[in-house]
Amino acid sequence: MDIAHDTLRQMYERMVLLREFDERCGRLMQENRTKGAVHLYCGEEAVAVGVCTHLSNDDYITSTHRGHGHLLAKGGDPKFMYAELFGRSSGYCKGKGGSMHIADLDLGMLGANGIVGAGPPIALGAAFACHYRQDGNVAVCFFGDGASNEGTFHEAANMAGLFRVPLVLVCENNLYGEWTKQADHQPIDDIADRAASYDMPGVTVDGMDAFAVYEAAGEAIARARRGEGPTLLECKTYRYYDHVGVDFGKIVRDPDEVAAWKARDPLEQFPRRLMEMGAITQTEVDRITSETRARIEAAVDFAEASPVADPAFLLDDVYTPAAAEGAHV
Amino acid sequence: MPVKTVTQAVPEALSQEMSRDPNIFFAGEDLSVGGAFGTSQGLKKDFGDRVIDTPISESAIAGLAVGAAAAGLRPVVEIMFMDFVGVCMDEIVNQMAKMKYMFGGKATLPIVVTTAAGAGFSMAAQHSQSLEAWFCHIPGLKVVMPSNAYDTKGLLISAIRDDNPVIFIVIKRNLRLREEVPDEPYAIPLGVAEVKREGSDVTVVATGHMVTQAQRAADQLAERGVSLEVVDPRTLSPLDMDTIVASVQKTSRAVVAQEGVQFCGFGAEIAAAIQEQAFDYLDAPVKRVGAPFSPVPFSPSLEEAWLPAADDIVAAVDEILPARA
Repeated sequence: MDIAHDTLRQMYERMVLLREFDERCGRLMQENRTKGAVHLYCGEEAVAVGVCTHLSNDDYITSTHRGHGHLLAKGGDPKFMYAELFGRSSGYCKGKGGSMHIADLDLGMLGANGIVGAGPPIALGAAFACHYRQDGNVAVCFFGDGASNEGTFHEAANMAGLFRVPLVLVCENNLYGEWTKQADHQPIDDIADRAASYDMPGVTVDGMDAFAVYEAAGEAIARARRGEGPTLLECKTYRYYDHVGVDFGKIVRDPDEVAAWKARDPLEQFPRRLMEMGAITQTEVDRITSETRARIEAAVDFAEASPVADPAFLLDDVYTPAAAEGAHV
Repeated sequence: MPVKTVTQAVPEALSQEMSRDPNIFFAGEDLSVGGAFGTSQGLKKDFGDRVIDTPISESAIAGLAVGAAAAGLRPVVEIMFMDFVGVCMDEIVNQMAKMKYMFGGKATLPIVVTTAAGAGFSMAAQHSQSLEAWFCHIPGLKVVMPSNAYDTKGLLISAIRDDNPVIFIVIKRNLRLREEVPDEPYAIPLGVAEVKREGSDVTVVATGHMVTQAQRAADQLAERGVSLEVVDPRTLSPLDMDTIVASVQKTSRAVVAQEGVQFCGFGAEIAAAIQEQAFDYLDAPVKRVGAPFSPVPFSPSLEEAWLPAADDIVAAVDEILPARA
């Protein structure tokens, strides 16, 4: 597949941003500088970036509890994300959502979600809206191997197959549903097999390989845009940190398993291949890393300098006020 | 003025709103054949692909509404029996109710979830409940429960025009109630109660079908010279306490009547709010009428015993009337 070198460099930059953002989150948590539950995306960057590179702000995505990477891949600004994590009024959700509900509807990002499996029906609805308007836009639903066992996934996949809406169901199979291994929570290896029930293609790719994800997602998204219906795209990937937070408190993963996956780290293999292709130089890689780290530090500084969410606004945003006669609050 | 039933008022309101705004669609089970209760009668013919027959998948139906609304449409979705909301509580309670707040106000979710509630047809425990209290407890939702055909049309039009998620509860025993209903569209504002019958001795705050029962109780008591004032909140959330309090200030006595199970029911909220806001006006405890603490039974003999009715309202009124010389 021929991908413009500019696109490849942008993908790499974005992947570095995802990695550095969540690595910093992990340290902030360990320093007790952020509150609440934070689920880190480290290790899975090739999936969000490989998919979202095909999307515009008019396309929709739904995310998961592990949602920072999805928002960043869709164009989210680290400043407003850290501000949200710090509970500041300058955050994406004015401090009312936190990590698990981080969202930017202007970017078509319909929210991280605290409920496993909540995304598929919502993405179905967004895809339905694209279909209803025939506007050529698509919806992408990110969800995990755990969510593929929820009834919501099956209901939404069935309805998407029936209505042939422009939906791409992207399963980030990171081999663990919370703390339970995939083999202990479902009787299949390839979640893409479940597509067969819903009359849609089921594709499994290496989720550590941004090229593979980009190519498969490109086909699925193009298919959706052409009005040919949904696709289930399974990306096999790996979660570097615990289900929530950094340190594994409840389980010990096989060190060989961890080493085998980290040997294929997307942040190492992708730039290596770009350099082999002549799409990027080591100097550029170093510059991207240092610039991203500086951007992250500036974003953290912005967040910490922002005012904390003011209780005076506690009850705002529960309802949309009436805009016209006939509506009422 | 033409006389119409509640069953006719629902599709009439939908049809008029769908004609006005192409962003409105109606999705649910079996809608092209009118739905289980006739609430989509005739709409498929006029609106084609905007009336969508879904699989029996309540989670996906409610989730479809959330995603489509977040993407700019104005969905109306039907959950056939209110009892089925158990299957899609996450989509209603955790997603559509909370998205706006969780996202710092950015989301606007103009959704109407229509559903049919209530007992009276020997449909037993899973097809007969009045679960309005579940939704009144959730910030972010509006809850509407009309008691007649005129209100059904006007409130449904307002619900569709509202930019918030609205749970619109049609009471099965009300479906055949007939009333004068104008042909033209009209909006009854949400959050405004109505005094359905003026009286002076006791206020009865009644919801849904209990408004009809309260009217019967008022007829019976009128024969004994007791005057009931019947107040119908119409919208349960937001609740118009001002109208209720004004009535209690006049009568100094109140009975709250609901069809749902009395314990932790919607009536408990009204009773508590009356004592908070009108304590000095009360001459007697606020009485509640509601269903006993059991699932809805099947056998007509049991169901009749279970259902709160006019006689229960009369008995409650009698308990708080002043002793007569």
